[in-house]
Amino acid sequence: MAPLEETPLVAIDAVKVDEKPSNLWIDAWRDARRRPIFWISGLLILLIIVVALLPSVFSPVNPFTEKCDLSLSNGDPTAGHPLGFTKLGCDVYARIIFGTSTSISVGFIVILLTTVLGLLFGAFAGFYGGWIDATLSRVGDIFFSIPYILAAVVIMSVLSQYRSIWTISLAIGLFAWPSTARVLRAEILRVKQSDYITASEALGVSKIKILLRHVLPNSIAPVIAITTISLAAAIVAEATLSFLGVGLGGTIMSWGNDINQAQRDIRVHPQTLIWPSLALSITVFSFILMGEVVRDALDPKARALR
Amino acid sequence: MAGYIFRRVLQAIPVFFGTTFLIYFMVFAMPGDPIVALFGDKTPNPAVIEQLRQQYHLDQPFIVQYFLYIGGIFRGDFGTSFSGEPVTQILARTFPVTIRLAVLALIFQSVAGIAVGLVSGLRKGKLFDSSALVVSLILISLPIFVIAYVAQFVFGVQLGWARTTVGPGAPLQDLILPAIVLASVSFAQIVRLTRSSVIETSGLDFVRTAYSKGLSRKRIVPVHILRNSLIPVVTYLATDFGVLLVGATVTEGIFNVPGVGNTLYQAIIRGEGPTVVSFVTVMVLLYLVVNLVVDLLYGLLDPRIRLVK
Repeated sequence: MAPLEETPLVAIDAVKVDEKPSNLWIDAWRDARRRPIFWISGLLILLIIVVALLPSVFSPVNPFTEKCDLSLSNGDPTAGHPLGFTKLGCDVYARIIFGTSTSISVGFIVILLTTVLGLLFGAFAGFYGGWIDATLSRVGDIFFSIPYILAAVVIMSVLSQYRSIWTISLAIGLFAWPSTARVLRAEILRVKQSDYITASEALGVSKIKILLRHVLPNSIAPVIAITTISLAAAIVAEATLSFLGVGLGGTIMSWGNDINQAQRDIRVHPQTLIWPSLALSITVFSFILMGEVVRDALDPKARALR
Repeated sequence: MAGYIFRRVLQAIPVFFGTTFLIYFMVFAMPGDPIVALFGDKTPNPAVIEQLRQQYHLDQPFIVQYFLYIGGIFRGDFGTSFSGEPVTQILARTFPVTIRLAVLALIFQSVAGIAVGLVSGLRKGKLFDSSALVVSLILISLPIFVIAYVAQFVFGVQLGWARTTVGPGAPLQDLILPAIVLASVSFAQIVRLTRSSVIETSGLDFVRTAYSKGLSRKRIVPVHILRNSLIPVVTYLATDFGVLLVGATVTEGIFNVPGVGNTLYQAIIRGEGPTVVSFVTVMVLLYLVVNLVVDLLYGLLDPRIRLVK
């Protein structure tokens, strides 16, 4: 048997004072920055946002001021118009560049709306439980039971005179929030069991303070993980509605509108359909990739599956 | 089991009233004349407006209108379409086509999705796995109408392997391409779900035990790993029904499949608001029924579910 002094108890228990304390967010950042797809999708998203903010830097042609020329209908690419012309003789490239801000704005407004609604419903339902939970969860069930694109089709049909980025975002967001609320509620139910919550209660911290200071910060990670993917879904929803003709009006540049306009000529002139579709797909792909990275980084269990 | 069925059906009742009320509220409680709003830029014939006012009981107070409308749904009256044909009659004609398309898509996505996901999960990190992950991410990123047009252009127009639009009577061979398109998005999700589920199951103790007692891989993979990995996949297939409904609307519209989705699609692009509302209601009710049936089946298959709560 080894003598007692040989057992390095001190070494086992020693706390490295100099080391920066780690937490979920620091771990997530360490994990994410090691992955090439984080940088690829991050750069793509950055580029897309810059294009959305400053379209005139990327396109010398301004589709809002320059009139379309019908004599160029379905025209091939020429100097200064790299992607050719639409059926109405508009510059395809310029319309794509200036349509970027539409998709991005709708995406961000929708996730703002779904996150606020989802946080309110999910937090109160999960934290307070009882009849509050029962009522809020049933309300969520009702909104969840209508596929949100179908709901948006109805809302946009009724609001046919008021089509704008705001109304379409409202129409999508109003029925997309229950999934956020469900994720948050489930996580709060789990976090509520933790010892530190019991400790706070025992110390007499008020309920609302426990919710805001301890429960929410510790259960927000899965919400953030699905938010990036919801953003991509919102962009697809806007494009789908515009494609169906109940989205944004004709005066607003939107990839969905352009795809809708181009579909009739798919046999003779597929280019005008392919370019906006490509822009849409690359944007959605970037946000989905980023969503994957964020989810993996925030969920240690998902990391193991890689 | 009887108690479980009773509880689950009871839960569905508020959701039924809630969803129908929401749809009705969105349409008819808006400021202004709902009928005029539903027609958008078009100005309908005054006789049509009058007929719609009567059909939706717009002379009554809002809540009375809603209950008259619900009463109609219980009697199987979903209103009439723009062309004057009862919605139920259109459903009788178009529903079988949509079922055929949906079943075909379900077969494609589950067979192909589970097979690819299984191989991926068993060969985690290998070339097949990485390529399957990339392909599935790309498929998830492509909106369904983009996939539909690319498929129509490549296979229909350029290669000439399939007809670009479905012929009268919707024969099965014409439905193959639309069904593959409809299946593509969920296929990608199923691949990813099966893969992660297989990886998780492969690491469990009973799989290790099976290996250590000398069972062959040929037996372990289908019996131990695959069977236990399928539970989340089956759950996904049920929740995915809403995606399938929206997907069917777009796919049927693009390939001109004479189904329920196409009727809705045509009504949307023509701006026939009242028909849109009728068909969205039908689809939402269908979605509710499917979810209810799936939940009941779960209770039947998995005793843990019906005993909880």
